[in-house]
Amino acid sequence: MLEIRNLHAKVGNNEILKGIDLTVKAGEVHSIMGPNGSGKSTLAQVLAGREAYEVTEGEVLYEGKNLLDMAPEERAHEGIFMAFQYPVEIPGVNNTYFLRAALNASRKARGLEELDAMDFLPMVKEKMKLLEMDDRLLNRAVNEGFSGGEKKRNEIFQMAVLEPKLGILDETDSGLDIDALRIVAKGVTALRSPERAFIVVTHYQRLLNYIITDFVHVLVDGRIVRSGGKELALELEAKGYAEFENGARAVAAGRK
Amino acid sequence: MTAVTQERDSYLDHFARFEKGTAANGGGWLAPARRAAIARFAELGFPTTRDEDWRFTSVAPIANTAFRPPDAGRADLAPRALEPFTFEGLACSRLVFVDGRYAPDLSSLRPLPAGVRVLSLAEALTAHRDLLEPHLARYAGFHDDAFTALNTAFMEEGAFVHIPRGTVLAEPIHLLYVSTARASGTITHPRNLVVAGDDSQAMVVEEYVALTDDVYFSNAVTEVVVGQNGVLGHYFIERESPQAFNVSTLRIQQGRSSSVESHTVLVGGALVRNNVHPVLAGEGGDCLINGLFMATGRQHMDNYMKVEHAGPHCDSRQFYQGILDGHSRGVFHGRIVVHKDAQKTDAKQTNRNLLLSEDAQVDTKPQLEIYADDVKCTHGATIGQVDDEAVFYLRSRGIPEDAARALLLFAFAGQSLERMKVEPIRRHLEALVTRWLPQGQLVEAAR
Repeated sequence: MLEIRNLHAKVGNNEILKGIDLTVKAGEVHSIMGPNGSGKSTLAQVLAGREAYEVTEGEVLYEGKNLLDMAPEERAHEGIFMAFQYPVEIPGVNNTYFLRAALNASRKARGLEELDAMDFLPMVKEKMKLLEMDDRLLNRAVNEGFSGGEKKRNEIFQMAVLEPKLGILDETDSGLDIDALRIVAKGVTALRSPERAFIVVTHYQRLLNYIITDFVHVLVDGRIVRSGGKELALELEAKGYAEFENGARAVAAGRK
Repeated sequence: MTAVTQERDSYLDHFARFEKGTAANGGGWLAPARRAAIARFAELGFPTTRDEDWRFTSVAPIANTAFRPPDAGRADLAPRALEPFTFEGLACSRLVFVDGRYAPDLSSLRPLPAGVRVLSLAEALTAHRDLLEPHLARYAGFHDDAFTALNTAFMEEGAFVHIPRGTVLAEPIHLLYVSTARASGTITHPRNLVVAGDDSQAMVVEEYVALTDDVYFSNAVTEVVVGQNGVLGHYFIERESPQAFNVSTLRIQQGRSSSVESHTVLVGGALVRNNVHPVLAGEGGDCLINGLFMATGRQHMDNYMKVEHAGPHCDSRQFYQGILDGHSRGVFHGRIVVHKDAQKTDAKQTNRNLLLSEDAQVDTKPQLEIYADDVKCTHGATIGQVDDEAVFYLRSRGIPEDAARALLLFAFAGQSLERMKVEPIRRHLEALVTRWLPQGQLVEAAR
């Protein structure tokens, strides 16, 4: 589904991704773990199409197409969804209106009929139940005045409504209490299917107690330094990132 | 002789002719006020940018133009031509003025509660001197204001609305000023007086629209007097011709425990000055001063607020939002004056502006004058662009960039529109705003 080859990206003169290779197949869950500043959020943002990052080398193929050529909205239409680490508050834009506009934009791009309010609302209500969200959030402005946990749940709720093929969670677990974490994980688990893949970017192993992951990749200083199964996360939890960081420094020194 | 002096003298000539006419048609009792006003105008002349209150707005295009009074006769207008200016789903009494003159055939009154009077000012000057005289020209001062002086000198056309004590008007009164091609080169002085008695409730919509693209000048003054416990809403909708000038003053006098909402939407005109001046004269009154101005091209919109707290325990809330595109220029001047006896005043002012182009400009100036010692006054102003983070967020959810930008602009304007409680009017204004916005149809399509 997704093939990242030798991806390099920078902000200004600061190179953050220094050659990422990653293959994600339909049905798989990949966790990207790493210390602060390792580039894991940058990877998520580059995949979602944020223009602040400049890709200097490498390519990303999504279902055989060049992802990096697509505008953020086209990526969404093609089935990519990123749950933001810091969801944006949008005063004055009603949550329901926003969701329907988003869903219909994708449906239109895919040649499907747009949903009217009658079809839309029952579907939305059902997804809200899944994420144990208060109905009232629907009539509020997008993320405005939401608590940290509500914002993150709202991200997963949007993902449930938009039903992407590839869900990217950018530190969705950061700052969540255990109840919110459980609900978020439940939402992701409910969305798992053989046709759908996830990339879960996280700083902590904790989320992986709730989301069953197939692969864990350790990202340090812009490179994946180790990949493995779920047990790698446990190892990280026990030993911390220090060992990998030392290793990365050694690699960097060796290349010089 | 300079051009400006010439133009000033031409107003004096107009006045001499005007006065002969009014003496004949019953408004003679106003002659002293009119004369005092024209004399004051002659002294003041039009303001310049050296006047602090006009620092950001040059009225030279007005001062240098030889406007003439409207000609006799009237544009032939079918009622159908006014349909776009009605509020869908809202029954209201409507007084229509065409090129400054009252048009009875286009106006329509709904059944009104006993004692309520809604009629043209010209008629009221003759028929209701007793009701007018205690109020007319008593609030809108012209000592320091050349435009109000000029309006007062020439006041004749406009509306008089009188709501007796204890009367609730369920339906709004719509004062619709329509300019047609015949308005080209003319100046009109719409003058409205709204007197709402104690314990009364009413809503007045004052709207300026154009069926022409020509140059003309609407110089309007509205006085609103609200008695004790009175509740009054005033909407001011300005959608003049792109070349027109509109200078308006809304002067509100509030009695004890009265509650007033003033809502303004400016979209039209080349040069617009919007003065809103409430005086909270009694104890425990409150007012909401809410406005939205949207300018593009070379439009200039100047909003001059003066909120005066004269009685104790009064609350005032000002929210003004501007969206400026093209080479347009916006001004927000928010003055709060708290008199010595106005203890426990709670005054808040917020002005937010979005600049859509590099050539658009806005000047915002708060000004607090506080002579009491136990008050709460806050003000805040922001000038910014559309939030790129929010644009990316919407795009990442599949909403195309142009639609995302339109949506965010609409949301910004919507914060102002949301404060307007009368739904049919709000919807009417939402449609107006949507049409104005670049790519606004994208918002409409998605709704």
